[in-house]
Amino acid sequence: MTSVVTLENIHKSFGETAVLSGISMDVSHGEVVALIGASGSGKSTLLRCINLLEQIDDGQIWLSGDDISDPRVNPDSIRARIGVVFQQFNLFPHLSVQKNITLSLTHVVGMSQTDATHRAHELLERVGLAEKATWYPDRLSGGQQQRVALARAIACQPEVLLLDEITSALDPELVGEVLELVRSLKDDGTTIIMATHEMAFARDVADRVFFLDKGVIAESGPAHEVFEKPRDDRTKVFLQRFLGPGL
Amino acid sequence: MSRHEARRPSSIELERRAFRKNQSAKSVAISFVSTLVFALALWFFVVNTPGWALVQRSFFDLDVMAGAWPRVIEGLWLNVRVLFFAAIGVLILALLLATLRTLRGAVFFPVRALAAGYTDLFRGMPLIIVLYIVGFGVPGLGALPRMPLEFWGTIALILTYSAYVAEVFRAGIESVHPSQRLAARSLGLGYGKTLRLVVLPQAIRKVTPALMNDFIAMQKDVGLISVLGAVDAVRAAQIETAQAFNFTPYVLAGLLFVLLALPMIRLTDWYSARLRSREQAGSLV
Repeated sequence: MTSVVTLENIHKSFGETAVLSGISMDVSHGEVVALIGASGSGKSTLLRCINLLEQIDDGQIWLSGDDISDPRVNPDSIRARIGVVFQQFNLFPHLSVQKNITLSLTHVVGMSQTDATHRAHELLERVGLAEKATWYPDRLSGGQQQRVALARAIACQPEVLLLDEITSALDPELVGEVLELVRSLKDDGTTIIMATHEMAFARDVADRVFFLDKGVIAESGPAHEVFEKPRDDRTKVFLQRFLGPGL
Repeated sequence: MSRHEARRPSSIELERRAFRKNQSAKSVAISFVSTLVFALALWFFVVNTPGWALVQRSFFDLDVMAGAWPRVIEGLWLNVRVLFFAAIGVLILALLLATLRTLRGAVFFPVRALAAGYTDLFRGMPLIIVLYIVGFGVPGLGALPRMPLEFWGTIALILTYSAYVAEVFRAGIESVHPSQRLAARSLGLGYGKTLRLVVLPQAIRKVTPALMNDFIAMQKDVGLISVLGAVDAVRAAQIETAQAFNFTPYVLAGLLFVLLALPMIRLTDWYSARLRSREQAGSLV
């Protein structure tokens, strides 16, 4: 298996507060990795570091063999190889759904307007929103917005997709459609690193789970092992709070 | 915390830091040199223009500047005093206008319309015309006790700037999320208390950079009271210019106004940067 993302001993602090204290992991092609842990455990910061939105204090990050933590690399060209969806406010409100998707295709990849529009329609078909191409984001439901955001994130065929709690701001009845889409992206072979509070989904869809606690990986392993036979006490306490003692 | 401090950076990280330091040193050097080159080029161009010698004598004469200093600085003191009272007056009147314009309900229609009409009128009317009307027209009525010219100048400034600042306040009040108002009313706070204790504190915080910007604009418009004949810095410079047949006093007054504005400009920059850094939480882009 070829590694898509490799993290080695990542450290990051904001002022005096250490947020990440030595995170290492290796994500293979086509693998889905779930980051779980309490709020403030460093999940989002880790994703932002991978996307070079935050500068790490120590350690190294590789993307398909390239050391992207090297200050000599151009961060914009690295970010073009990574797809990201945040919790909310992903879509540009002044652009139609279709324009949201074609923006990076025409302005970063350099695709012609016609080709980009064609590709946007393919993607919208893929996420089941083909008939909404000319709509503006404010007329879409939260779930539909996140599906468009996912379509936009995979438009440039990124090497890895980073999902930062993409269902946390949704009404419960809208969560399903978004998670279904993520599941089908996995089936297509997309490499995904996702921070999530959806434990059931992480257990079903993730190949591996990393439990973060106070900036370190307290426990990691295949999803069913971490969820069914947690070894670390911190993981046990966390999972009990989330899933109830009946697990 | 101790774990964080005890950790020693890896050699890779040290190399990266050295590279970044080197890069930023290079950027600083390049921008410094390019600024210097540009300034020198501009200087040489100006110095070599055919009329430079004449312009230098009539605009940058140090002896004239020294001679004009006492009178201009005394005039500036008047500007500062006018600014002080005008700023207080503007804050009070603008807050009142903004509050009136945001009142709900049909009963308050006349009040809202009056406030709206006021801001329409004074945002449209050039300050200099307001100065003439207030400075010469109102005393001409003969119904009010005699007041110094700078008093009427201050009133005119308050009238005009309140209209602008009221709109800034109103934008701030309307930008506070409706849920905040509902939450306050749910606690049993009345309309006035909701406005005073919940809405206005948030609104003012949001519009502070815009308010500071308006203050800076007013700081220099204070110089316009000279058209009424009040001996402020601009008027004093005009008198000195007429006596010395030299424009240097105007340059002096201009520089003094810039010096007066600088602290506020820096403060505004600092405050906006602080607001921005809070919102972005230290991200790189």
